[in-house]
Amino acid sequence: MNLAAKTRFLAASVGTVAAVISITASVPAFAQAKEQFFPELVYRTGPYAPNGVPFANGYSDYLKLLDARDGGINGVKITFEECETGYSTARGVECYERMKNKGPTGATVVQPLSTGITFALTPKAPRDKIPLITAGYGRADSVDGSVFTWNFPLGGTYWDAADILIQHVGKKEGGLAKLKGKKIALVYHDSPYGKEPIPLLEKRSKMLGFDLLLLPVTHPGVEQSATWLQIRQQRPDYVFLWGWGVMNSTAIKQAVATGYPLNRMYGVWWSGAEPDVRPAGEDAKAYNALVFLAPAGRGKVHEDILKYVYDKGNGSGKREDVGEVLYNRGMVSAMMAVEGVKRAQKKYGRKPLTGTQVRWGLEHLSINAADIKKLGFEDFMEPIHTSCADHEGAHSARIETWDGKNWHVTSGVYHSDLSVIRPIIKASAAKYAAENKITPRDCSKEK
Amino acid sequence: MFYRENGQFKRTYRQDEALLPIAQDRIVMLALLVFAFVGVPFLASNYLFLSILNPFLIMALAAIGLNLLVGYCGQISIGHAAFMSVGAYAAYNLMLRVPNLSFLVALVLAGLIAALVGMLFGIPSLRIKGLYLAVATLAAQFFIDWMFARVKWFTGYQSSGSVSTPVLNLFGWQLDSPVKKYLFLLAVVTVFTLLARNLVRGHIGRAWMAIRDMDVAAEVIGIRPVYAKLTAFAVSSFYVGVAGALWGFVYLGSWEPLAFNINMSLDLLFMIIIGGMGSILGSYFGALFIVALPIVLDRVPAWVGAPLSTAMASHLASMIFGTLIVFFLIVEPHGLARLWAIGKEKLRLWPFPH
Repeated sequence: MNLAAKTRFLAASVGTVAAVISITASVPAFAQAKEQFFPELVYRTGPYAPNGVPFANGYSDYLKLLDARDGGINGVKITFEECETGYSTARGVECYERMKNKGPTGATVVQPLSTGITFALTPKAPRDKIPLITAGYGRADSVDGSVFTWNFPLGGTYWDAADILIQHVGKKEGGLAKLKGKKIALVYHDSPYGKEPIPLLEKRSKMLGFDLLLLPVTHPGVEQSATWLQIRQQRPDYVFLWGWGVMNSTAIKQAVATGYPLNRMYGVWWSGAEPDVRPAGEDAKAYNALVFLAPAGRGKVHEDILKYVYDKGNGSGKREDVGEVLYNRGMVSAMMAVEGVKRAQKKYGRKPLTGTQVRWGLEHLSINAADIKKLGFEDFMEPIHTSCADHEGAHSARIETWDGKNWHVTSGVYHSDLSVIRPIIKASAAKYAAENKITPRDCSKEK
Repeated sequence: MFYRENGQFKRTYRQDEALLPIAQDRIVMLALLVFAFVGVPFLASNYLFLSILNPFLIMALAAIGLNLLVGYCGQISIGHAAFMSVGAYAAYNLMLRVPNLSFLVALVLAGLIAALVGMLFGIPSLRIKGLYLAVATLAAQFFIDWMFARVKWFTGYQSSGSVSTPVLNLFGWQLDSPVKKYLFLLAVVTVFTLLARNLVRGHIGRAWMAIRDMDVAAEVIGIRPVYAKLTAFAVSSFYVGVAGALWGFVYLGSWEPLAFNINMSLDLLFMIIIGGMGSILGSYFGALFIVALPIVLDRVPAWVGAPLSTAMASHLASMIFGTLIVFFLIVEPHGLARLWAIGKEKLRLWPFPH
């Protein structure tokens, strides 16, 4: 390239950049349509894509179903848009900023499906007045709605999960007291997500007298030989797996290779989906995981999705993947957001609602067994009742087991021990409030 | 025709030593600054501030810091994200543990702490060079990553290892809106750019460049390598430490050790390679390229209305981004700053090139 060409090229590229920046700057003005906008932070690429894709498909398909079958939410059309985060916190924040003002009333709710992004958005949500639903993940202390006004860890937190896993292995041993002197290893993703259960497990280990072995695995988790060498040396009685994406399948394959008995290995509910066990296939038999809600399978709502979405050629994924664990979880997450909107519509009217109004709806969510049946989610979830003091709404879970081909629920319903969890929630939330200069709301005055 | 220094005589040493000796440059720079301080706040949207301009400014500052070390002093480092995290956690701990500390003071102190750590990890540079030094700084990256993930004192005993910061207050001025953050960052970055420009023109910068070009010869003419190399590490780490504190407090607001991982170190290195080694202006170009281009590419399909799936759009964006990096390096190995300089040279002759 000679000098003249270079200059021309430079001028052209500067022009392009300028044009692009001016496009970015102009936020398109939306007409006041009767629409409710749902942003979707997804990850369909990167090391977490095997788990991100089915979740995103379930989420989108449920919203598509409501538009196709019911014409939206009580006549308010649902619009949504996906934004790729790649599970990266910085890109997740960018996606959030990009979409928070879209639609006639702005983003309805944000569901980041990443504990890291949840932490980053937690201080932003109150300023932008957008509720943050983290169904079964996120900050465990955000159950306390008096401090975390805008966070909703609906249906379960990591502290519930850890507590229920302890209860389950305790039951297996013949009572919690029998755990004394046992050794439990936590193999965790070395990120806020994986570290979240540690305070509860430490407390439980002090209470019950078992040894807790903490084994962090560096992102993305494909290198775990050192971790499993330690497990071979230390021979823990149980292994809890707190992984995500490719880390799960690697851990299970390593466990098989190490010869660790899989019936003594328990995953959190993000470590219990088809992409995690399929690579090990038959060998992964007897591996267990926790489920808050939505195990695998198809119910009435799936029939509708196949009929109204897939038969019309609008499905987000493959037809045979409908009903997988993570697909169902995405669907339930979308459903809870929509139920929040419905609840808020009862108070504010059938029109596009703002984040503030939807937040009220989510705080007064009441989904009982009859509602679950009506929605077509029978057997997929427990009733949820939220309040200002309890943004979680349900504290129960079951255990599922992989039989080599499918996941099956193999336990009854456990309820987490709130007398253990509540004090840690209170302490952690109070610390957050103090550090971030938040004055907690008085829940007795909320209606 | 317009860009030419004919008739601009320098009558004093002061004029001769001015930062921008050509009048047109001064006017353009002044106009640019006025536009950045006065015009942009009215023109840009919140999204533009939060997602492009603010991270761009912070990254430009970090790139300047790295450029001082790599571009000016010739010492390669792939551990600069770690020094950023030192700045960020230092500022966090200062704000958490020292009551009523102003953020500006915390920012400078965080920079100084990062400078100390940078000097410590710069000591190997006295004995080893080039790729070997790169490996030594890589050790800094892994060690510091590990330290912040494991030593709970640094993260204020947060169970998750993720820290969050309150809204900043600068002498009663709440730093709560994107525009205010932008103005604050712009002011900080302008001051630090000016400092860097002057530093590299002065005796310290000349010593760095002498070391970069040939360390034996530099020693012969009386430059002490220990002093030159360690000051380069200190100043460079100070800059990235400040940038790290800003990244944590002003841009992210809440972060985990993963926010400053090896990828960020590599991004910083790419910024100065693409922007131009040994050029302050190049640091800005590089930062803009790395910060803004992926976002712009990611949004292009939506603007033109191409019916691409999210995954496809994302894959395409990274492919085009990678291709562009290779393209620019082939077209101009000395970086975008060199392209800019060539453009300026052409402009001086235009419209009568000989």
